Amino acid sequence: MPGDSIIELCEVTKVYPLPAGNVIALDRVSMTISDGEFVAIMGPSGSGKTTLLNQLGCLDRPTSGDLFISDRNTREMNDRELTSLRLNTIGYIFQRFNLLPLLSAYENVEFPYLMKHRRPDSSGRVGDLLAQVGIDRAMATHKPPELSGGQQQRVAIARALVNDPQILLCDEPTGNLDSVTGQQIMEMLTELNRKGRTIIIVTHDPGVARYAQRIIKVRDGRVT
Amino acid sequence: MKDIILQISLRSIRIHFLRSVLAALGIVIGVVAISSMGMMGANMTLSVTEELSKMANIVVITAASGSGGGPGGGPGGFGGASDKKISEEEFRDIQKIAEKYGLVYVVYRESDTIKVGDVKGRSTIYGLDEDVMRQIFTLSDGVFPKSTSSVLVGPTLAERYDLKIGSRIKIGDEDEGITNTVKVVGILEERGMSNDINSDMAIIGSEKLFTGIYGNEGEYDQVNLILNDINDSQKARADILDKMNRKETTVNVQDSSRMLESITSSLGTMTTFVMAIAGISLLVAATSIFNVMMMSVTERVREIGIMRSIGAQKSEIRRMFLYESIVLGVVGATIGAVLALAIGWVVVLAMVGSTDYFFLPESLWYIPFAMLVGIAVCVLSGVYPAWRAAGLDPVEALRAE
Ligand SMILES: Nc1ncnc2c1ncn2[C@@H]1O[C@H](COP(=O)(O)OP(=O)(O)OP(=O)(O)O)[C@@H](O)[C@H]1O
Ligand SMILES: [Mg+2]
Repeated sequence: MPGDSIIELCEVTKVYPLPAGNVIALDRVSMTISDGEFVAIMGPSGSGKTTLLNQLGCLDRPTSGDLFISDRNTREMNDRELTSLRLNTIGYIFQRFNLLPLLSAYENVEFPYLMKHRRPDSSGRVGDLLAQVGIDRAMATHKPPELSGGQQQRVAIARALVNDPQILLCDEPTGNLDSVTGQQIMEMLTELNRKGRTIIIVTHDPGVARYAQRIIKVRDGRVT
Repeated sequence: MKDIILQISLRSIRIHFLRSVLAALGIVIGVVAISSMGMMGANMTLSVTEELSKMANIVVITAASGSGGGPGGGPGGFGGASDKKISEEEFRDIQKIAEKYGLVYVVYRESDTIKVGDVKGRSTIYGLDEDVMRQIFTLSDGVFPKSTSSVLVGPTLAERYDLKIGSRIKIGDEDEGITNTVKVVGILEERGMSNDINSDMAIIGSEKLFTGIYGNEGEYDQVNLILNDINDSQKARADILDKMNRKETTVNVQDSSRMLESITSSLGTMTTFVMAIAGISLLVAATSIFNVMMMSVTERVREIGIMRSIGAQKSEIRRMFLYESIVLGVVGATIGAVLALAIGWVVVLAMVGSTDYFFLPESLWYIPFAMLVGIAVCVLSGVYPAWRAAGLDPVEALRAE
């Protein structure tokens, strides 16, 4: 099933300059992820998994090295282009849900749709996605602070999927879910992967990692 | 269509309602201050203009003091005293030139000591032709004088000295031994400030009465021309100056249009100045809007990070904060405009004394003007915070608490 490379990292280094000294969060990471692959990233806390995922998600630029998305060097793209890559090509499920507090669950999912299409969703896609992650209509009118951690995570998953991204990045997507819901989510991701989406998932859970075709291990900012 | 960015801005204003109200209050005050000052100026100008245009048909000719008259007396002030007089001959010439524009008449004028009962004071005494009196004055009481010992008095003078029909006034200084007693036969209606004859504080008698007291027959202090058509004022002035001053400068001619111009322009300057001072309140408002916007940015760093990382462009973030400041500006300016109608009315009533002109476009125009200035100030105060917000690094912003 895996085809051409969709993401390619060449010697990607990320350094956080801190007063106490530089933190090398990523150290010359090189790797290739093929289109349609299901990859799990594992490693201890603080090893640089989120930092790596932020690089893949074009949230951040490498301190040095190159990142290619669909064979385009992100170094040569401006902020506008990177932003529209995040909007159209990449779906990101954050470790900390990151829902917009002023918007209802429904509007949170609708937000990227509106940014992309510039018109409200008339196809019912937003509602369908929410239903798929188990958020009913009544719950969809609630604001994030009124939802449980698990519910918020499910809304965040629906939001990541709304623009039907080619690449889905997930930072501990099941960390806040009970095992049944977690399993449902993993099955959803597997189904998406079957339909050709590239899925990269950060997890501590070996059970979750089993869904992946490949496991990348990160330790002290290095891919081993 | 539903603009989610605008929705977020509105909700943000709503959850920080008190803070937003306080910020908008500055704009409200600024708009009220600017527009009521502007309206005050406009109403003042309009009322002065109308007052002055009542005498726009009067052209005053006085002798040029600089010509051959030797030293003494500066240039004849506005209807003020000048040592040089206009001779009978010059008057005839002026009459020939100016007759076609309207009524030409001569004025004798002197300032003198007067005494009513035991009360002493000073007054201007005018000597005028009886027919002219009838044409230019209206009486509130009594009749026009028929003898050389009867006079008209201005209403202000009458009030000050408690003059009634039949009251007697002694003109002249008793110490010098020459006094003339005249009898009040009529009281004039108030005429207001004028550049031909300031009758409100004056005693007006016949030419004979005047020359009887002061002599100088055929030497006039002033020649007035009352125009039939006020549009002739410039033409008549030029005509008289041209013909009378051909060889040497013998006369000065004053038409009121110049005075009107200079008063209107100084009122305009004053209005601008007062409005600029009121504008300082908008400066204060700007700082408070700026402050609130910066607070809003700081509080929402994480939100900005989320929006940016899921694909909102910098422009959307900028828009979100600009909307916030525009909404504050528009709401503040609108409330300000409504209040300005009420407060402006009170200010105009207090300062100008009449609200006759309040609803004229020249006056009301200051409300939309102040609104625009207020909104512009708001938007400008929001630009930097919005720009700051848009420039935040998504990853850094996401890590904010
Ligand atoms: N913005 C930042 N500024 C400074 N240091 C940072 C920043 N982001 C990450 N780091 C540091 O980089 C290293 C990697 O962090 P990262 O968040 O990628 O770890 P992680 O593998 O995701 O850990 P966890 O499993 O706990 O989420 C850590 O030492 C962290 O302190
Ligand atoms: Mg992490």
